[in-house]
Amino acid sequence: MKTLRLTIDGVTVTAREGMSVLEAALEAGIYIPHLCHHPDLKPVGVCRLCLVEIAGRGMTISCKTPVEEGMVVKTESPDIELARRVAVELLIVNHHADCLSCAKDGACKLQEIARYVGIEEERLQRLRRTTRSLPVDSSNPFFLRDPNRCVLCGICVRTCEEIVGASAIDYAFRGYATVISTLGNRPIVQSRCESCGECVARCPVGALVPRQERNPAREVRSVCAYCGVGCGLYLGVRGNQVVRVRGAAESPVNRGRLCVKGRYGHGYIGHPERLTTPLIKRDGRFVEASWDEALDLVAARLAGYRGDQFAALTSARCTNEENYLLQKFTRAVMGTHNIDHCARL
Amino acid sequence: MTGLVTSFGSGAMTNSIADIVRGARGFFVIGSNTTEQHPVIGMGIREAVKQRGAGLIVADPRRIPLTRLATIHLQHRAGSDIALLNALMNVLITEELYDKAFVGERTEGFAELQAAVATYTPEATADITGVPPALVRQAARLMADLRPLALLYAMGITQHTTGHQNVLACANLQMLLGNLGVPGGGVNPLRGQNNVQGACDMGGLPNYYTGYQLVASQEARRKFEAAWGVTLGSTPGLTVVEMLKEAEEGRIRAMYILGENPMVSDPDVNHVRRGLERLDFLVVQDVFLTETAKLADVVLPGVALAEKSGTLTNTERRVQLVSPAVSPPGQARQDWEIICDLAKRLQKEVPQGLFAGWNYRSPAEIMEEIAALTPSYGGVRHERLGAEGLQWPCPDLDHPGTPILHVGRFPRGLGRFVPVDWLPPAEQPDEEYPLVLTTGRVLYHYHTGSLTRRVPGLMELYPEGRVEVHPDDALKLGIADGGVVRVSSRRGSVTARAEVTQRTQPGLVFMTFHFAESAANVLTIAALDPVAKIPEYKACSVRIEPVA
Ligand code: SF4
Ligand code: SF4
Ligand code: SF4
Ligand code: SF4
Ligand code: FES
Repeated sequence: MKTLRLTIDGVTVTAREGMSVLEAALEAGIYIPHLCHHPDLKPVGVCRLCLVEIAGRGMTISCKTPVEEGMVVKTESPDIELARRVAVELLIVNHHADCLSCAKDGACKLQEIARYVGIEEERLQRLRRTTRSLPVDSSNPFFLRDPNRCVLCGICVRTCEEIVGASAIDYAFRGYATVISTLGNRPIVQSRCESCGECVARCPVGALVPRQERNPAREVRSVCAYCGVGCGLYLGVRGNQVVRVRGAAESPVNRGRLCVKGRYGHGYIGHPERLTTPLIKRDGRFVEASWDEALDLVAARLAGYRGDQFAALTSARCTNEENYLLQKFTRAVMGTHNIDHCARL
Repeated sequence: MTGLVTSFGSGAMTNSIADIVRGARGFFVIGSNTTEQHPVIGMGIREAVKQRGAGLIVADPRRIPLTRLATIHLQHRAGSDIALLNALMNVLITEELYDKAFVGERTEGFAELQAAVATYTPEATADITGVPPALVRQAARLMADLRPLALLYAMGITQHTTGHQNVLACANLQMLLGNLGVPGGGVNPLRGQNNVQGACDMGGLPNYYTGYQLVASQEARRKFEAAWGVTLGSTPGLTVVEMLKEAEEGRIRAMYILGENPMVSDPDVNHVRRGLERLDFLVVQDVFLTETAKLADVVLPGVALAEKSGTLTNTERRVQLVSPAVSPPGQARQDWEIICDLAKRLQKEVPQGLFAGWNYRSPAEIMEEIAALTPSYGGVRHERLGAEGLQWPCPDLDHPGTPILHVGRFPRGLGRFVPVDWLPPAEQPDEEYPLVLTTGRVLYHYHTGSLTRRVPGLMELYPEGRVEVHPDDALKLGIADGGVVRVSSRRGSVTARAEVTQRTQPGLVFMTFHFAESAANVLTIAALDPVAKIPEYKACSVRIEPVA
């Protein structure tokens, strides 16, 4: 791909053809406020926060302007500051900004922008309308939708359309009344939504937040335990508990995407019904046993059934190494080829 | 899998997920409810269709969600796949739309195929498939236009008594269209559970050692005899359905079941129970006390995927590494250690052989043994797997893996057209059991439900098994949407809530198999595909009636 050079605030930056000015700046470590831009999605230019001045062209939004050779870009000027401030203030006056009780606090793009732009509290109070209060949609067991914190960036809509392809949500109503809504404004659980959480993973603010999730202390790269797609993911762990899962963007299998089972189906891992000790059936009831007791018993009993009186079922849920060992055990130790698994499919 | 071995000499998904979703100009999805069974691949198909205008042809007896986006939906009757596929090929040949260069250079047996499908005109097969002939012609022409076209199938193709034949027909179609060995094409079976591919690759099959080395082959037998220091038989063992039958008849007397739940997953569950109960001794190693574990004499607590280290092979042959994220509860132990401990107890003396012992230090060391004995895994080592894994065949340490199979050449040399004839499903509807039942999965659950049913949110989204009934049948039978019905087959009956929906077609009912208390597999039939030995889950005859 062709590379180009441009200058941003006097810094020479190399970019690839087809990139936007915003992407080129972000890649070069130059911050430009932005809200509706997301690297996975097509640009739409609705938030008007990413304003820049381009020599010979004037003020424009950088997320929809492709880079050109020799372009001279400025990210600060009195005009930009004024226009940007108006755009941010408009977002904030309608916003239920109770950051301390918000799940997104600290990772919120709106906070980041407000801080960068420098919003004066006094001016805000003067501007603040009687904030409308819309009902929170808590119909989905895995995430909440709080329209009062939505900045209408459309990232969720585009995610659901472009990435997931479910098209469960869209803009509805006009002007001041605009909200993101399902068809017929029904609770999300009654829509076409597949609960994949891809929109939740991309929402820049606290309008789409996972329920019952806590921040992990560390992450471990793994693979989904469910279907044969084998999506790459990170298990977020806190103490000895998996508390959150996110898709691995670098996996060529899923490029960061997950379905509902991969993202939210981890509750079985530390489930109280997990087996924690060997069990031996005595008089029709299971009693707890030590490993030595259990394995001695199994070995003693299996010794009497070597050859074709024995059969083993190995597991499409276990690892390759475990499957290899069980077939080696069946063939080499028990002396039979009676080995299969339940999912020859 | 056996079908693709016959056609190409190797049986697995020929292409990679990435090249299909990015490169295919068209998709032919048959017998796969992709958005629910393999959701992330389903997302990829929808993205290709919506964002870059790829074509989509769906063949499915039900109006599955993908049909909403399809250019053409061929709603053929359950069990008529071969008639449909042959009709498509008939059109491609008679209208000379097939890839003559590919057929000429890379295949053999075209004349036989041509002769075999000659009578399968769209008109002649319409009675069997229920698909209007004009639509079949339109679909065939579209397929010829949309190259490369990726063919995807799942259990809807394999879970029939004619599953092996169905796969051959899919392979025939793709060879005819020249869609093999190219990005965006291929014959792509989507595997159900996360490591089915690996379980097969590792020789978890009665007729194969690792990497599809035949039990019946003298060369393979000698190799494993030398490695393990034992004498091995050359006759394949029993498949799961055969095992359970032999158990019921008292010939199999002890079983070891690792992480499987045939009491929910297998056909004709009542028969499975009788088999397992008749055993002298049953050991189950699992993470939960499943319906199957309850029947065991000894239950051994293994660990969950998040607690272990090792590799899994996904549907596109990609070997991926996992590392433990959390520690297992109580005294649950690593599954590999349990098996080694048991082997050492049973093998008092270690035989002579390079890989005869059971003293592994880690799963990574087990993989070294696998690599040494398995040509297609020859270059696989844990330390090579990184973020992207490796796709087999990966014969040596310098090999980068193989994203697309059959580029330029098939393992058997030329691709072989094996013509197949349509046969009716093993069980036909009659007066007593007038409806056809087909089974499958839903988005929110997985296999026997032993994991997903323990996630409250998933249960909230899909709390119980349902029976989908077409409005026409519902009206005739007096079934209300949401009402409780009894579904009966020759093997048993279950009750479940009915969902009256246009998703299915008249005469066809659909059930999920994730739920033990309304286990669809009480009803299904253990009749086997004679070659692949996959049971017929996808079509059996039932009767359905409202329960007051
Ligand atoms: S969305 Fe951001 S700005 Fe709004 S309350 Fe939450 S953290 Fe604060
Ligand atoms: S819910 Fe989030 S992603 Fe969607 S429009 Fe609102 S702020 Fe943007
Ligand atoms: S959870 Fe997934 S399907 Fe549902 S609205 Fe969000 S992106 Fe769309
Ligand atoms: S995240 Fe969904 S699609 Fe991916 S492997 Fe898991 S179950 Fe399959
Ligand atoms: S990021 Fe450019 S307009 Fe929103």
